Amino acid sequence: MFRTTTTTTTRLARARRAYSALHAGQKLPHTQSPIISKLDFFNSVTPKGQQIPTFRVLDGTGRILDGAECVDVDETLARRLYEHMNLLPTMDNVLYNVQRQGKISFYVTSYGEEATIIGSAAALLKDDEVLGQYRETGVLLWRGFGLDNVMAQCFGTKNDTSSKGRQMPIHFGSPEHHFHTISSPLATQIPQAAGVGYALKRSPDRRHNVAACFFGEGAASEGDFHAGLMLASTIPCPVVFIVRNNGFAISTPSSEQYNGDGIASRGPGYGIDTIRVDGNDVLAVLTAVKDARRRAQEQGRGVLVEAMSYRVGHHSTSDDSFAYRARSEVEDKKRIDNPLARFKLFLEHNGWWDEAAEEDMKARLKSDVMTAFKKAEKEQYGEVGNLFGDVYGGEVPWNLKEQRAELARLLGKYGKKWKPWESRLKRHVGQGKDVAGKDVV
Amino acid sequence: MVLLRLATRCAPSLRRTPAPRHAFRIVLPRGYASASENSMTVREALNAAMEEEMIRDESVFVIGEEVARYNGAYKVTKGLLDKFGEKRVIDTPITEMGFAGIATGAAMAGLRPICEFMTFNFAMQAIDQIINSAGKTNYMSGGGMNVPIVFRGPNGAAMGVGAQHSQDYASWYGQIPGLKVVSPWSAEDCKGLLKAAIRDPNPVVFLENEMLYGVSFPMSPEAMSDDFLLEIGKAKIELEGSDVTIVAHSKMVAHSLEAAEELAKEGIKAEVINLRSIRPLDIDTIKASIKKTNRLVTVEGGFPAFGVGSEICAQVIESEAFDYLDAPVERVTGADVPTPYAANLELLAFPDTQTIVKVAKRALYRTN
Repeated sequence: MFRTTTTTTTRLARARRAYSALHAGQKLPHTQSPIISKLDFFNSVTPKGQQIPTFRVLDGTGRILDGAECVDVDETLARRLYEHMNLLPTMDNVLYNVQRQGKISFYVTSYGEEATIIGSAAALLKDDEVLGQYRETGVLLWRGFGLDNVMAQCFGTKNDTSSKGRQMPIHFGSPEHHFHTISSPLATQIPQAAGVGYALKRSPDRRHNVAACFFGEGAASEGDFHAGLMLASTIPCPVVFIVRNNGFAISTPSSEQYNGDGIASRGPGYGIDTIRVDGNDVLAVLTAVKDARRRAQEQGRGVLVEAMSYRVGHHSTSDDSFAYRARSEVEDKKRIDNPLARFKLFLEHNGWWDEAAEEDMKARLKSDVMTAFKKAEKEQYGEVGNLFGDVYGGEVPWNLKEQRAELARLLGKYGKKWKPWESRLKRHVGQGKDVAGKDVV
Repeated sequence: MVLLRLATRCAPSLRRTPAPRHAFRIVLPRGYASASENSMTVREALNAAMEEEMIRDESVFVIGEEVARYNGAYKVTKGLLDKFGEKRVIDTPITEMGFAGIATGAAMAGLRPICEFMTFNFAMQAIDQIINSAGKTNYMSGGGMNVPIVFRGPNGAAMGVGAQHSQDYASWYGQIPGLKVVSPWSAEDCKGLLKAAIRDPNPVVFLENEMLYGVSFPMSPEAMSDDFLLEIGKAKIELEGSDVTIVAHSKMVAHSLEAAEELAKEGIKAEVINLRSIRPLDIDTIKASIKKTNRLVTVEGGFPAFGVGSEICAQVIESEAFDYLDAPVERVTGADVPTPYAANLELLAFPDTQTIVKVAKRALYRTN
């Protein structure tokens, strides 16, 4: 009885001490959260409930805003940026129409997002590992991948270094250019980028690098996005996450994709540095991504950049966007907020550009694209045996050998006798001999 | 997911009172037994395989939930954090798609991750990374980017963990070109195959069995060596026989060997094949055995439809081995129902030794 009373008294005293400590401002365990006694719900990551601001360097007339922070841009870099921004629509015009003519099966344009893509590409080191979604061909072009490689991949020719003719168009990849192979499933590249960042951090000769991961605001709804940012934050891993908020996930407008303040509001939730940038201002993108990659590299942790842009083109050649948005809306955007026009004005203000240069560039780019296209169009496909290669690294398992032998038998039986096979085989290097042996076809 | 994970955590206490079905005795009718030889539990063999490979190759690391400080939900990674540090034994937040993704990305960038799933039941959240990214990238990148990774963890029915935690994924992953799939039984299998899986340039799905972790097996001197590798894609004839072929993988190998012992009492010589690998499937060993015994029984803990047994049957009837069969092939599998939680029903839902004996005898027309 006595013992019980003592225990109860002690417990009460402890509770009282804890109570007063709580009111003296003592923190809860596992957090530095201050204690308050007013109900204060919040729904914003900025102090007074405003939306997250957007970083911009160039105004609509192509002049640098007063006091704007901007990386140094000389004439050479400026011209290079502008030419690459123009190369994208030049190439897109040709390949989009080529797809419509049925010569390639699929295509994705970059219309409207030229500043976001080229600005980011220019901000990264050439050997930073890039994991794209599928609308980042401009990064490869910036790195010197070349139009021939683009065409070879889209046409699946023998010169396709991305996938040996095994992938649908725009699934580029190039270890040489530190560009990971595009994967069709959405957002899987986001946690993978954390893994790539981790590997870079672990390699003494790659510690100067970061992984750069591109995706759209729609992909940011996938669980992979949340997992990827969380891991890049907690493990942690040096990754620059660049979300191209272009207003549409195929047909779903961004207003239906989230109810919060875009994608940028999620960065602080994962404890990573975050910025929102005007994605139609190439100098703003260049400046923001450059600082983002510095932060990622120095902290060894993820950084999020939300580039606000507008997808002027259809989602892909499988989409007709005028079914869900007015043609006039698109035309207005092209006219009022055109990333190419804005940057051209900047060049002109600096005396680095004129109409003659514009005409000259347009003719040159078009000719380059057409030359590459015509070359790829007539090019042969790779060997038929590519069908069975690279399923596994190392030794080929029995089931693949068996399938190859079966194809050899069929080629021997029908290769010359069945017209569709006969004509098709002629387009392949070796005409099927690599599988069937010399005496069959 | 919280409740589900608690259920798994509770599982060890349930396992302390195993039902008779699981209280099997390991029969090892093999030649290398001697008084001085070593033995190892499956858990120790897996742990040793990882430790040896991590010493051998700096690029090998372990990642998953609770693999480091907690030593793994089933203690398979015990001691690795102390030996290799936080850079190589990495605890992650609870997101299967996340840590399977980070591991896949690290493999693409040249490291060799061992990605532990607390169980393969949770790996369903990561299956896109396993199949679409890890499994297909080498092919789709034209051989430019391979993904040397091991996805490992317990697979198949444990005990008393209900419908959502008692599934065998061998046939799921076994379907995918680009993946290798391993389903070991003994400690020797586990050591040799896990080491081979870690060294393989391809993604390997390594399906362990929770019920076997604590089971001890003798280890030959070769199996104790640091360079002991077993070839992925090769089955092992655990017991030679001439009357009926029993093909099994994982825990069902133990039941099959017990069944063979029962059958031997009636003068029936069963040949027991431990598949070891699901993909590539060693169909040649199975066909050679059928040509000798003329009868085939397949045994697995998975569901019957589109299963490992189904695939074996299909490959046999498509081949010359079909002409050697003197009786219909029968598949002994888990029941075609979500695994019941009730212990008595769960017991009935999976193959046991007596069922295998009965089916083997049926193949020999020895039962009515």
